[in-house]
Amino acid sequence: MADKTKNAEPKVGSVSRPPTAFEYGYDKSFRILTLAAGVLTVLLLVYIFWKLGALAAPAMREYGLGFLTTVEWNPNKNEYGILAEIWGTLYSSFLALLFGGVLGISVAIFLTQGFLNARLAWVFRLIVEMLAAIPSVVYGLWGIYVLIPAIRPMANWLHETLPFIPFFSTKLAGPGMFPAMIVLSIMILPTVAAISQDAFKAIPMKIQEAAYGMGTTKWEAIRKVIIPTASGGIFASLVLGFGRALGETMALAMLIGNAQQVSLSLFSPATTLASLLASTFPEAGANQIGPLMYAAVVLLVITMAVNFIGTIIMNYTSRQTVT
Amino acid sequence: MSMEMEMNKLEATAAQQAAGDVAIGANIDKIYYGDFLAVRDAAVDIEKGKITGFIGPSGCGKSTVLRSLNRMNDLIPIFRLEGHVHFLGQDVYGKNVDPVVVRRHIGMVFQQPNPFSMSIFENVAFGLRLNGFKGDISGRVEKALRRAALWNEVKDKLKQNGLSLSGGQQQRLCIARAIATEPTVLLMDEPCSALDPIATRQIEELMLQLKKDYTVAIVTHNMQQAIRVADKTAFFSVDMTQGGRTGFLVEVGDTKQVFENPKENLTKEYLSGEFS
Ligand SMILES: Nc1ncnc2c1ncn2[C@@H]1O[C@H](COP(=O)(O)OP(=O)(O)OP(=O)(O)O)[C@@H](O)[C@H]1O
Ligand SMILES: [Mg+2]
Repeated sequence: MADKTKNAEPKVGSVSRPPTAFEYGYDKSFRILTLAAGVLTVLLLVYIFWKLGALAAPAMREYGLGFLTTVEWNPNKNEYGILAEIWGTLYSSFLALLFGGVLGISVAIFLTQGFLNARLAWVFRLIVEMLAAIPSVVYGLWGIYVLIPAIRPMANWLHETLPFIPFFSTKLAGPGMFPAMIVLSIMILPTVAAISQDAFKAIPMKIQEAAYGMGTTKWEAIRKVIIPTASGGIFASLVLGFGRALGETMALAMLIGNAQQVSLSLFSPATTLASLLASTFPEAGANQIGPLMYAAVVLLVITMAVNFIGTIIMNYTSRQTVT
Repeated sequence: MSMEMEMNKLEATAAQQAAGDVAIGANIDKIYYGDFLAVRDAAVDIEKGKITGFIGPSGCGKSTVLRSLNRMNDLIPIFRLEGHVHFLGQDVYGKNVDPVVVRRHIGMVFQQPNPFSMSIFENVAFGLRLNGFKGDISGRVEKALRRAALWNEVKDKLKQNGLSLSGGQQQRLCIARAIATEPTVLLMDEPCSALDPIATRQIEELMLQLKKDYTVAIVTHNMQQAIRVADKTAFFSVDMTQGGRTGFLVEVGDTKQVFENPKENLTKEYLSGEFS
């Protein structure tokens, strides 16, 4: 068919013109820049893994998987195992997720669902965000000098009254899992609260109207509609909070007691991978460097796995909810 | 506990009211948003078993009045109403009345479809579960979906998320959700404005069907729609004389009379503008 528009001219007075060479160049360099940033991030990750892997490889060959399933860490006898550290890392992070997560989600609900007027909510939000700005070592000091003395009577009362419950099976002598968990909960609270607040705020007003229009009370609206609608974001906040807890170092090294043992008791001292690395590296002899690198790789793998699995679950659920 | 009591009180008077033919008697003197007088002098009866249409220019307070009937406006902190809205022999703005109970008796369908992010089934079952209904939930869900003319389209995918439906289907899902608990009155605020003409016709059909069992009040911008579905029509206008923009009720009557033989000049002018 003949092109009937071939003699047509643009409208007289039209200012439409193609982008100039400069504008195209600008567009192109912007795209190259973002691509480069993306590639650089990936390269950095690969590089860290590769270097760390190379340093850890001899120890991996020497100690094999037994490294992950034994408890002893004895440089004099060249015996190394990190089961206690893996256990302590996961247990403390899980407990922190339980308490800090519930607390953080509650704070997010409290701040977004009209319980406070706008100004008070703003002040409150600022305070919660400031928790994230407190340095880890300050949390550690606060834990040692304020928290542990404060909770010790209650902890020991629990131990004396209910010693048959595994969580209370030992005395709280000083540092231990319980104070570590409390501080860790406070540390992940701002992360969980901030990200789940975003999820709550993203819920359109029309969904709230739909809930109240059905005749829900405020609590029913929150429980049956608001929380399920925000569940994707809430889950993301928990994954990030968990990731933060897994890697937390300084406060835990100060508060957890650094004892190589696997115990359910909240009051006994324990240890974590990060605190093992932080407290052992400075004085580590040449023979310890390999096992420590191996431990670092394990920590990295655990953190990556949590984020990876979290992302997959998140993608899966968000595909189901469309919003 | 006061909720339970209110519910019983409302139900006790339901029988008395059944004798009369007014489901909601609104006698609104003034509605304020903060200092702004949004609506004045709106006295309109929503008659039982009929469809009452609210029409009028944009900003004249149709939505405001409609949402006052089931206390939806209580969600807006600066909202204030002077006057009475009688329902089942009580003033819904009375001291001891819980708006939650009012909304369980007076259902609402909104301008934008707003299904919950849950399965189609659970969307419709929402009100049943909320009210602690212990009977045949599946049966009720199916009945509501059939009446909302959606059953055939969704019966094989009741577990899918309500948000996966098209806009028109979502709106019919919202209607099913609203009628599943058999509310006494159904309020609809421009339920078709987000929909294409075919979906609009489907919903109009649906409203005519619903009329057999329901009392409906509907806000519409579409005059043809008002003529097609409404038994009674309330025409609102805006008064700009005192520098404000205050909506008020101009006249209310049988749809035929309001459109063919309006009592007020304002109505005549508005309709001739709309139809010219
Ligand atoms: N939440 C609110 N806060 C303050 N003013 C409001 C609010 N909602 C409505 N108004 C005002 O009240 C008046 C009536 O609004 P309303 O939404 O009831 O009009 P309407 O007749 O439904 O208009 P439309 O046909 O455009 O939907 C308008 O002047 C509007 O600006
Ligand atoms: Mg409106």
